[in-house]
Amino acid sequence: MNGMVARSIKNAGMMILMGVATLLVLTPLILIFFHIVKEGAGAINLDFFTQIPNPPGESGGGMANGLVGSAILLFMASLFGIPTGIFGALYLSEYEGNRLANIIRFSADVLSGVPSIITGLVAYTLIVVPMHGFSALAGAVALGLIIIPIVLRTTEEQLKMVPGTLREASLALGVSFWRTTLQVTLRSALKGIVTGILLSIARVAGETAPLLFTTLGNQFWGRKLTEPMAALPLQIFNFAISPYADWHRLAWAGALVLVVIMFGLSLVARLFGRQKPMA
Amino acid sequence: MNQFHYDSVEATVSHDEQVRDIDSAKGVSGDRIFKMITLGFAFSIILILLLITVGMAVESIPALKQFGWKFITGSDWDAVQGQFGALPYIWGSIVSSLLAILIATPLSVGTALFITEIAPGKLGGAIASLVELLAAIPSVIYGLWGILVMAPWLQRTVEPFLVDHFGFLPFFRGAPYGVGMLAAVIIIMIMIIPIITSITKEVLLAVPKSQKEAAVALGATKWETIRMAVLPYGRSGILGAVVLGLGRAIGETMAVTMVIGNAPQISLSLLDPAYTMPSVIANEFAEATSKLHSAALMEIGLILLVLTLLINIMARVLIWGVTRQRSAGGHI
Repeated sequence: MNGMVARSIKNAGMMILMGVATLLVLTPLILIFFHIVKEGAGAINLDFFTQIPNPPGESGGGMANGLVGSAILLFMASLFGIPTGIFGALYLSEYEGNRLANIIRFSADVLSGVPSIITGLVAYTLIVVPMHGFSALAGAVALGLIIIPIVLRTTEEQLKMVPGTLREASLALGVSFWRTTLQVTLRSALKGIVTGILLSIARVAGETAPLLFTTLGNQFWGRKLTEPMAALPLQIFNFAISPYADWHRLAWAGALVLVVIMFGLSLVARLFGRQKPMA
Repeated sequence: MNQFHYDSVEATVSHDEQVRDIDSAKGVSGDRIFKMITLGFAFSIILILLLITVGMAVESIPALKQFGWKFITGSDWDAVQGQFGALPYIWGSIVSSLLAILIATPLSVGTALFITEIAPGKLGGAIASLVELLAAIPSVIYGLWGILVMAPWLQRTVEPFLVDHFGFLPFFRGAPYGVGMLAAVIIIMIMIIPIITSITKEVLLAVPKSQKEAAVALGATKWETIRMAVLPYGRSGILGAVVLGLGRAIGETMAVTMVIGNAPQISLSLLDPAYTMPSVIANEFAEATSKLHSAALMEIGLILLVLTLLINIMARVLIWGVTRQRSAGGHI
């Protein structure tokens, strides 16, 4: 009977330990949220969205150029990252089972674990060095390299959920395999694929390290894609490590806006994905 | 499969006249072309991985030639004199990552167990989605919080306390700067916990119910069920999650750069500023003017890449083994 009591006590103790672990995990996370919302909401105003940063020492100013710059970078990165991911996924899901597909799948998983600063170094070597200068283009390439493996794996997952019978029905009607793939399989999975793409864009929206020596950042409006361009995460970084209280306030406002954009994107993605697929 | 071509039926599938013409004319070869195109895109993943590895190796040749093994064992880093030894950065990366993973692992596994075994209902679901939400917060924002909120708190409250009460240990000596190794360890820990927790949760959910029911039927308490049935089954998957977290920790750049103090020194004290491999690349690469300086930073990148590749390959092998039965090829 003593053994039974000891076991119960041990059981209760372990349960409490797990609860404590959960609390310890949640506390800093909730604190971070709290500070972003509190400091960010206090610092945000209309100027943030319409003005470019003021020189140090002058109060006011905003991050309008960073917001636009980030949007341009993400758009360009999507332009080559998303098609590569989707077509690659079509190969993996529709011609699965061979060894090459497994190697590609494994490479994609390994690639998505490569630190993002490394993709920055690669984009520097590929774009900045040959073009003799930092450019928005180089930053877009770095971000695109991060998007590819994420889109590839999420798209493959969605394509695999399309029932085989749907493909067979189309093939049985005499439709060629490639058109079945594009017009039946891909179309049936479209909703889930769009969800995955939005989530992956939300994920790279906050990437900073790959932009440090590619896009470089810009205090003013960048005019060309071949010139340095401002980006929201870069501005947050530069202002956070500056010694000026005014710039700290801007950094908090930037952080709040970035988090809201990212969570907004993933919320849209999830709501969009929740609707019943047309198949 | 394409000999039987019924246009009337086809029309219900396709609205694109032009595509149909090409299709009828070329027949089966359309399939072949399609396969080649998709294969090309898929194969580009392997090419990118090769490109990254080979590119970094080629770019670091000047430093490799100049310093050889001394690059890893040397601790002088002087861009003006052209002396580059990466030991302080390697030390900083390894120490900060290992300490962070050491604390993050029990906390993450405990939280994952809490979510799946103790509160599997709505509460667990809410905690799980909160944790996942936090995994999405970008590194630069953790850094912002770290430098403006956490570091001042460490400097005023935590570090003086540590010096007063544990100052006899070599780990807690020196002036409380706020920024330093301790701040880096804490921020890395906060950042990798959500990742390890959510993968561990997936692994625990893959444990078959019958396994747990067998333990319960034998009269095991909840903890005994976890220890005897759940944990052994998920062991390699949890290990995979931890190793994956280690990969993230070593590659973590922005937040660490902002709180570690960026001083290339090897010190036992957690209060002293330190430096990591990604941080020195982030701080110096854009301003590296000499060829040797760029090459030295590239070589640090190469070391970092090789380390993370090895760590990731190990993690994937471990995780794939466990979750493959549950969701074939599931992405984690």
